Amino acid sequence: MNFEFIKTLRQKSVEVLSVLSVIILWQFTADFIVQNKLKLPSFYDVALSFFSVIESGSIFTDLLVSLLHFGIGIIAAFFIGLPLGIAMGWFKKTSRAVDPIIEVLRPIPPLAWIPFAMAWFGLTHTAAGFVVFVGMIFPIIINTYSGFKNIPKVHVEAAKVLGCTKNLDLIRYVALPSAMPSIISGIRIAMGVGWMCLVAAEMFGVSGDGLGYELWQSFHLHRMNFVLMYMLLLGFLGLFIDSSFRYYVDAKLLRWKAGTVV
Amino acid sequence: MGRVNVKNVSRTFQKKEDGSETEALENISFDVEDGEFVCILGPSGCGKTTLLRIAAGLETLSSGEILLNGEKTTDPDPKRGMVFQQYSLFPWRTVIDNITFGLEMQGIGKKEARKRVEKYLELVGLEQFRKSYPHELSGGMQQRAAIARALANEPEVLLMDEPFGALDAQTRNVLQDELLKIWEHKHVTFLFVTHSVDEAVFLSDRIVVMSARPGRVKEIIKVELPRPRSRTSLEANRLRDHVLKLLEEERYTK
Repeated sequence: MNFEFIKTLRQKSVEVLSVLSVIILWQFTADFIVQNKLKLPSFYDVALSFFSVIESGSIFTDLLVSLLHFGIGIIAAFFIGLPLGIAMGWFKKTSRAVDPIIEVLRPIPPLAWIPFAMAWFGLTHTAAGFVVFVGMIFPIIINTYSGFKNIPKVHVEAAKVLGCTKNLDLIRYVALPSAMPSIISGIRIAMGVGWMCLVAAEMFGVSGDGLGYELWQSFHLHRMNFVLMYMLLLGFLGLFIDSSFRYYVDAKLLRWKAGTVV
Repeated sequence: MGRVNVKNVSRTFQKKEDGSETEALENISFDVEDGEFVCILGPSGCGKTTLLRIAAGLETLSSGEILLNGEKTTDPDPKRGMVFQQYSLFPWRTVIDNITFGLEMQGIGKKEARKRVEKYLELVGLEQFRKSYPHELSGGMQQRAAIARALANEPEVLLMDEPFGALDAQTRNVLQDELLKIWEHKHVTFLFVTHSVDEAVFLSDRIVVMSARPGRVKEIIKVELPRPRSRTSLEANRLRDHVLKLLEEERYTK
């Protein structure tokens, strides 16, 4: 175990060295050059704040609340965006009917929806989830739609002559798997946008917990070491969500595809 | 049983922009006996692929009809299998799951379907590649798998649209030999579109030679060379020469 650890450390020596030197440089700059905890808290301060939120347990509540907001958004965006994108991609009439509406709504920045999120849902988890939803739904719709538009005609025709003739079967057995890479990259884009919306929604105080909310609160209390800690936490969490999604997708859904997902 | 009657089939295409009409097929008629191997040969753009697509139900006709065992054909049907010129395997399915696709559509469970298609996998010599994905196969192997996939539905007629057109000359020869073996093995009628005179002479019982656009039946040639055929025999060359002259006429009369 210990030996394995040293081995990986050796293999990743350049990466480890790089991270270590940034941390040392950071600590040095904070302690000797900036010398102002409001402008640049040191690595040590940030680490201390991290341990303090773990000790008090508040990090776990905030983490769960943020994930709840994110979950509400992604589930709603997935279950509305995917069918809509499919319907638009498969039936021309639907696309013609829905497309103008989407084109009008899409350029509105998701954060501009925050006032209405509060008006409709109050200061609740649903309100924060709604903002995340707004950020996520358009990439999902558009990538599903374009994935459906790019299905090779010969695959649909091959399926037809093999006895797969109903629209629903063609969508299920041909169109959906064929469009899967595009849908998945849509979801990944959506998750990136959704994550940003999440933090913004929480900072606006749409709900009384969550990492974004705590970040903003810490700022008001001039606890910049906490602000930086929450920033890093959000970054790592986003990275973790994206890479675990990617890992799952590459292993399960896109094994047939050579190379990597975009 | 796979008797095909093509009766007075015409097809005109309308251009959307100016409403001008192009006649692709004009009054095509011929019959294919049960178990016969018929090649449709013609200059490029003569509508031979269109004719095949009409037979498959992927394209509509303007007038006339195509009958399979006396029944009019319209929509695609597993009784009329088709192999395309482009690689048409589903890239997200393994070779074996591509071949079971037709059976799955009939509501047969995956396990049972896999058992049933085993013989087709053997027939095309892809047992070792059952779990490979299409992108891992060569072009020739992909077309073999596509043939197995079409056969697994036990069609009465197999429509082939220049299936070996994208392959190199040697692979093409090998696949032609294999196709004939399959044809002898299975009792299937073949309707095979090609632009290669060599291929038509080597494979078919009869060759339907089509004229340049609009496609008409120019001549139906009975190929009476004994099987197994030699590609280079004197008779084969004589026949090739005759067919090439027919095609040449088409080039100069236009």
